[in-house]
Amino acid sequence: MMISLSGLLGQIFSIALALVLAPLLTGWVGMCRAWLQSRSAPPLLQPYYMLRKLFNKDVVLAHGASSLFRVAPFVVFGCMVLACAIIPSLSTNLPLAPAADALALVGVFGLARVFIALAAMDIGTSFGTLGGRREMLIGFLAEPALLMVIFTVAMIVQSTSITTIVETLGHRELAIHPSLAFAGIAFTFVSLAENARVPVDNPATHLELTMIHEAMILEYSGRHLALIEWAAALKLYAYSCLGLALFFPWGIAGGDSFLALLAALPLLLLKLVIGGSVLALIETVSAKMRIFRAPEFLGTAFLLAVLGLLVRLLLELKA
Amino acid sequence: MSTALPLYAQLINLFAAVILLLAFAMLAQRRVLLLIDLFALQGFTLFLSTLVVAVKTGQHHLYWSAGLTLLLKVLLLPWILHRLVRKLQIKGEVEPLINIPTTMLVGIGLVIIAFNVALPISQLSHTITRGTLGIALAVVMLAFLMMITRKKAITQVVGFLSMENGLFLAATSATYGMPMVVELGIALDVLVGAIILGVFFFQIRDQFDSLDIHHMERLKDN
Amino acid sequence: MLDMFVVMLAIPLVSGALLTVFGERAWAPNLNIIASGGTFLAAALLTVEIVTHGPRFAFGEQFFIDSLNIFFVTLTAFVGLTTSIFSGPYMKNEAAHGRLTIPRLRLYKSMYQLFMFTMLTALTTNNLGILWVAMEAATLTTVLLVSLYRTPASLEAAWKYFILCGVGIAQALFGTILLYFAAERVLGETGNALLWTYLVNAKAFLDPNIMALSFIFLLVGYGTKVGLAPLHNWLPDAHAEGPTPVSAVLSGLLLNVALYAILRCKVLADGAIDGNFAGNLMMGFGLFTLLLAAFFLSRQKDVKRMFAYSSIEHMGLITFAFGMGGAVANFAGLLHMTMHSLTKSAIFFAVGHATQKTGTQMMEDIRGLIRINPLIGWGLMLGTLAILGMPPFGVFASEFMILTHAMKYHPWATPVLLLALGVAFAAIFGKVQPMVFGETEAKRLPHAPAITPVFLHLAIVLMLGLYIPPYLTRWFQEAARMLG
Repeated sequence: MMISLSGLLGQIFSIALALVLAPLLTGWVGMCRAWLQSRSAPPLLQPYYMLRKLFNKDVVLAHGASSLFRVAPFVVFGCMVLACAIIPSLSTNLPLAPAADALALVGVFGLARVFIALAAMDIGTSFGTLGGRREMLIGFLAEPALLMVIFTVAMIVQSTSITTIVETLGHRELAIHPSLAFAGIAFTFVSLAENARVPVDNPATHLELTMIHEAMILEYSGRHLALIEWAAALKLYAYSCLGLALFFPWGIAGGDSFLALLAALPLLLLKLVIGGSVLALIETVSAKMRIFRAPEFLGTAFLLAVLGLLVRLLLELKA
Repeated sequence: MSTALPLYAQLINLFAAVILLLAFAMLAQRRVLLLIDLFALQGFTLFLSTLVVAVKTGQHHLYWSAGLTLLLKVLLLPWILHRLVRKLQIKGEVEPLINIPTTMLVGIGLVIIAFNVALPISQLSHTITRGTLGIALAVVMLAFLMMITRKKAITQVVGFLSMENGLFLAATSATYGMPMVVELGIALDVLVGAIILGVFFFQIRDQFDSLDIHHMERLKDN
Repeated sequence: MLDMFVVMLAIPLVSGALLTVFGERAWAPNLNIIASGGTFLAAALLTVEIVTHGPRFAFGEQFFIDSLNIFFVTLTAFVGLTTSIFSGPYMKNEAAHGRLTIPRLRLYKSMYQLFMFTMLTALTTNNLGILWVAMEAATLTTVLLVSLYRTPASLEAAWKYFILCGVGIAQALFGTILLYFAAERVLGETGNALLWTYLVNAKAFLDPNIMALSFIFLLVGYGTKVGLAPLHNWLPDAHAEGPTPVSAVLSGLLLNVALYAILRCKVLADGAIDGNFAGNLMMGFGLFTLLLAAFFLSRQKDVKRMFAYSSIEHMGLITFAFGMGGAVANFAGLLHMTMHSLTKSAIFFAVGHATQKTGTQMMEDIRGLIRINPLIGWGLMLGTLAILGMPPFGVFASEFMILTHAMKYHPWATPVLLLALGVAFAAIFGKVQPMVFGETEAKRLPHAPAITPVFLHLAIVLMLGLYIPPYLTRWFQEAARMLG
């Protein structure tokens, strides 16, 4: 397949946009949380300040660290950039679009997860091992739920390609799919768990009994830590874009011209702003659950996705 | 693939799905007061779906039915239940007999059974929203599950009322309403039943010092 | 001219309302009896009218009286009358023992009349939806009656009763909705799609799949109220913990009415479904119930519980009989329903007085009834013999018919039937015998018990065992034919 120049440019633009917007989204969620909790909010650019600070610092490596420990941040970051590149955030007609298969996407996330968990166990500290094990537990439960959500949506358009899903759902007459309501709630649950947000994990805590994500990256410093934090922001951005693409696909451009991308940008920003504040709201009203409740939480997500599938079979399929 | 369903049918299907979702939420809910709120929400969704059917078919008695649902299941009964919980100082937790994840799994199994049972039948119907029959059956079964897996008397009552919601959903969405006189009678029975149960709570608490029906195991065949 | 049907329904409704207001007056117990008498008189006159002029409608087409339900109406009104006579002195004794207060007595009387009203409504309505509403209302009134003593045990029994029957009756409602769903396709979206007389004309056109599912729900739902296993648990508790007159009407009337509801639906299911689907289901449930109850009988210590299980057993037998279908089995089923109603209520009358005299329901503490009061002792003994199917009582005749019919057409069921009846016989007789004979030192009661209803019932049962008047036979046959 020939890749047109404008397509290439569009693809680069959307990746660059992801790299820029991801820390902003994290910052925006932090601001909203602070407002909702009547605290004085950190500046919107706080994640950037942190990244700059971390990139300027030296890397301190633990004695037992193997090369895996040093490679992992780059792999995780790379995975997240790839994920952001293939999820159609602005247009469905970019050069990487054919790769945007939902199952492959889950695999990319899984690869990143395995690397970060391995790196956490690499040092051999108890916290790292604990965090790695917990992360794998969450992942083990979240992935099937995510797959079920994707299947539910995929059944409507009969394809697991995210671009096809967006094209079919976004560019035709409005139809209410009750199954999407179930899948949407299940997806929200999964996203909260995968991105270490409040009911499951707290991104701002360093309390050893409860932390998951933070426990894994305790040993990282300097540019490694910066990459991992950036990757975490990218993951949140990727999940947001995936959610928007699956459940609110309107406004994503069909072409690959630069103008079309620019036209789609304001709507994406608006959707991200709303999504970020909803996330902050969820985090504020819900209490952090005990780690042993997390399987139940994700189990519920899985059940909801299965229900969505069943409802789809009963209500929407006509003989 | 067809999306040729008219809007009202899509709305009814959506409301039916939400009612099923709420039935699951009730099954997963651990706090009594939130459980009652979920019940009220379920009633409200039922009211909306009845209203849509009423507007579509233009049958007057369905407006009455919708009004009754709003009055009874959204306002009056939740209010009574809230008052009871506060007056009787029931502890907030629901106290399941079987842990909640297991209950949910059983619930999914019940939904599959209900859908399977209803599928061949709903295909015979001439109403477009025939799929709701399976959902109604599933809601009835989930409510039944809630009744048998909870210890507190009040959760059993909420389960009972939620079961009634499922039945009403079947009556309005799948068949576009039963004859008026029947619906009035059913509503009356539900109301009187709920009031009698309310009176019962006080007596049960007086006699057992608790609303936990766990204490009610004296009557057995020995 | 006065419409006897309206009178029959109005008397219990109006007197129930009156008793709610004036139930604490001295004349209230008499009003209860007079109202029941009036209901019975109206029912009797209505019966004469139906027998001479044939079936009729009332209140538009919402009510319908034919030879099937008029038979139940008469039985209900009769047992209602005798129970109200029995409950007069019984309730006075309870009040004298301090077990009941005056407001409770008022509640009892008003609920009793309203219960009769719901029963009669359920029996005579033509609308299957109203039938459901009346059955649910009957549950509500009897829940209040069962919990009358407000003891922990009675509250537990009433709660169990309410929840189980509530669940059951919800299933029945779903069945009714499905029935409407099926009927609507044939009869159109009119208010007539739940009227039995319309349904029965269109029954061959109802969709068999929907009807099969609908009948399952209706059978399980109303079957809960009949006491069919496995949802029979409420029945022994409610019988044991409620006042004895309530036990008598529960066993004698409520179970019958619930079974009547199933029979009406069976006619429709039979018309729609090929083969004996509904009948096979009923035979299965009936046999299972019969067997289960028979084995539970021997484990009972409480006399009212034991006879409650006996009611479950007989209901199983009757369900089995109707499941077999055909003119003979239906005839036998109807006859057995009558016999069981009369005998079981007579037994509960006798048991009620016996437990009042001895102050306990535990069978091992009840001894020597024949010395305290020979009439009660003999009443209980004869009633027990009658319910166990001893000739020459009428129960023998109906059980004999059911057994021979089963042997002829369903020989596989015969061993089960014989086993269950044998076990039941051994259990009940072995326990009642020492209660009637043996030593005792019980005291006299402040109010003389009403013995007449006991022997009135037993006399009728005996008479029907020896000789069924031809007009009664014709009437039974006609009703049996309607059931198909």
